[in-house]
Amino acid sequence: MDNDRIEQILNEHQGQAGSLIKVLMEIQEQNHWLPREVLVEVSEKLEVPLSRVLRIATFYKTFSLTPKGRHEIHVCTGTACKVRGAQRVLDEVQELTGIKPGETDSDLKFSLETVNCQGCCSLGPMIEVDGKTHSKISPAEIADALKKYE
Amino acid sequence: MAHINSAAELEELRKGILSKIEPDKPCIAICAGIACLGLGNDRVISAFEEEIRKQSLETKVDIRATGCHGFCEKGPIVVIYPEEICYLEVTPEDVPEIISQTVVGKKVIDRLIYTDPNTGAKAVHQFEIPFYKNQSRLLIGNNPKINPKSIEDYLAIGGYSALAKALFAMNPEQVLEEIKKANLRGRGGGGFPAGSKWETTRNAPGEEKYVIVNAHEGEPGAFMDRALFTGNPHLVLEGLIIGAYTIGSHQGFIYTRHDTPQLRENIDIALSEAKEYGLLGENILGSGFNFNVEVHLDVGIFVSGESSALMRSIEGKSPEPRPKYIRTSVSGIWNKPSNLNNVETWANVPQIINNGSKWYSSIGTERSKGTKLISLSGNICNTGVVEVPMGTSLKEIIYNFGGGIPNGKKLKAVHFGGPMGGSIPESLIDSPLDFDVLSKLGTSLGAGDMLVLDEDNCMVETARYFLDFLSGESCGKCVPCREGIRQMLKTLTDITDGKGKEGDIELLEEIAGVVGEAALCSLGRSVPKPLLSMLKYFRDEYEAHIKEKRCPALFCKELKKGEL
Repeated sequence: MDNDRIEQILNEHQGQAGSLIKVLMEIQEQNHWLPREVLVEVSEKLEVPLSRVLRIATFYKTFSLTPKGRHEIHVCTGTACKVRGAQRVLDEVQELTGIKPGETDSDLKFSLETVNCQGCCSLGPMIEVDGKTHSKISPAEIADALKKYE
Repeated sequence: MAHINSAAELEELRKGILSKIEPDKPCIAICAGIACLGLGNDRVISAFEEEIRKQSLETKVDIRATGCHGFCEKGPIVVIYPEEICYLEVTPEDVPEIISQTVVGKKVIDRLIYTDPNTGAKAVHQFEIPFYKNQSRLLIGNNPKINPKSIEDYLAIGGYSALAKALFAMNPEQVLEEIKKANLRGRGGGGFPAGSKWETTRNAPGEEKYVIVNAHEGEPGAFMDRALFTGNPHLVLEGLIIGAYTIGSHQGFIYTRHDTPQLRENIDIALSEAKEYGLLGENILGSGFNFNVEVHLDVGIFVSGESSALMRSIEGKSPEPRPKYIRTSVSGIWNKPSNLNNVETWANVPQIINNGSKWYSSIGTERSKGTKLISLSGNICNTGVVEVPMGTSLKEIIYNFGGGIPNGKKLKAVHFGGPMGGSIPESLIDSPLDFDVLSKLGTSLGAGDMLVLDEDNCMVETARYFLDFLSGESCGKCVPCREGIRQMLKTLTDITDGKGKEGDIELLEEIAGVVGEAALCSLGRSVPKPLLSMLKYFRDEYEAHIKEKRCPALFCKELKKGEL
């Protein structure tokens, strides 16, 4: 992420402690993770103690303090997907990528997360890769779906 | 577009919009709800655009990407106006045929219309399809008729007329009286009368007051608020502005999901359009009333949907609830009176103002009025959003709208309210959809997420799953919730692993009792609900796991080995 954009986000909210979550959110969405030096800068610009910045950044699951892979896999484990076999799908994704939810593989190709409910329960079980939905997916189809990503 | 300065100008504008509409001009309404998007309807939309260009029909045919039509199971859904021909599971390959056969040739394509899987009967129009037939789609029924990104579409169906009526023909006391008489109850799960809540905030001391739309919707299996808000954002906004006027608030907040880009986009567009037209901001419709709205995003934790936690989050702090001996309607965001209602609650307001409380309270049961949006999911043939009058029986919802249980399986249980709700067994499905009846049965309507479970679901595993979910979503501030969930989860995991022992059920009941009594917020206090309801109706399954090391549903892996 270019530093100018971070700078721009911070300048928009300079001195506004109440914007902390919004600012972290915007940076996370564009940069996909929150490097420590950025958190320090957030703390200075918004005039919020670093301890509070760190607390928010570690409390929410959306924020990541480590770099993410090039492709983010989200496996829905919401109730509707669960009753339609989400666990077997998740097992297969873990088997194929070698990582568990919350982890990123060593060559930074994939990050894996579970999500609670994406609101499209008619498509379950489903996985999302980089925002693209693979609906009603069976464990056998996953290898094929992941092949496309480099 | 010029700023609208009076109710008369609003009506002028509406007339202008309506006069431009040609009722006979073909319009293709393509569902762009979240499930249809997931099915790749963007390719269907581009295919339509391309085909229309190819056949030089740009001036003769309109295309409208709309909000969710509800019948998610059969998406992408396409409705062709003015005939209202409804096509299901449309692919880009079907598009040229739809244009030449139906739009131009006025012929129905047989293979794309609904066919009843049991009787083989066909349905050409949406209202003839069993899923839609007999629903009362007062809130969501307009979704196919409007483009959520266009305020003009909302104005064309009479949008913002309730706001004009409230501002110019009623005073805030009269609006409040109408909402109270309608007995509108909060749709977010609590079922608390919205009118009383508004009144508390209105009467609370202090000049500055806030109104909030809770569009967090974090329960797994709940997607009706998203469908409504994404598809018709102005409806919710109109309700919110009327509420602000009634309560005396000049600042509103929308707290919504960070992970649904389309919802965020449609809300942002709706806000800026409303502002441009003078329906939001300073001197709304020339009435002298000022009101602004700010959007805040949840950052992915379930507890931030709890009212006091949500308000902390808007302040930029971590979303930890506080005890509610002082209500948030008296002391909320920055300790100012703050009235929070869920998306669907706000969406009900315009129709109450337009049609009156008498009309509204003629719908529903004695103590639960109006219609309710239900997101139907799980082991059900037709997953989707259903809107029915309160009082409709669960059986009707499952079989008439939901189409029953797939794969010839037997219905086992209906679970309401996600990880903080409860399950009721098949034997009770004649019960009506009613806040109080369901709560007496040990479940709760919740926000309206109805999960259908067939015979293959293990009720011990389901309880374990909910606690596993909650263990990651509790804020951990209070001991009963933090430690209680951990211990209950541990015991349930043991039971599903075949390591259950005598006394486990009693231990679970004891911990559940303490958490239910002593936790700080409603999340913590509701944590034991699924477990307790399951112990009430499915205790034998728990006993079979512990005493016989047997999973009656043949679900639990460790116990299945013994069975085989």
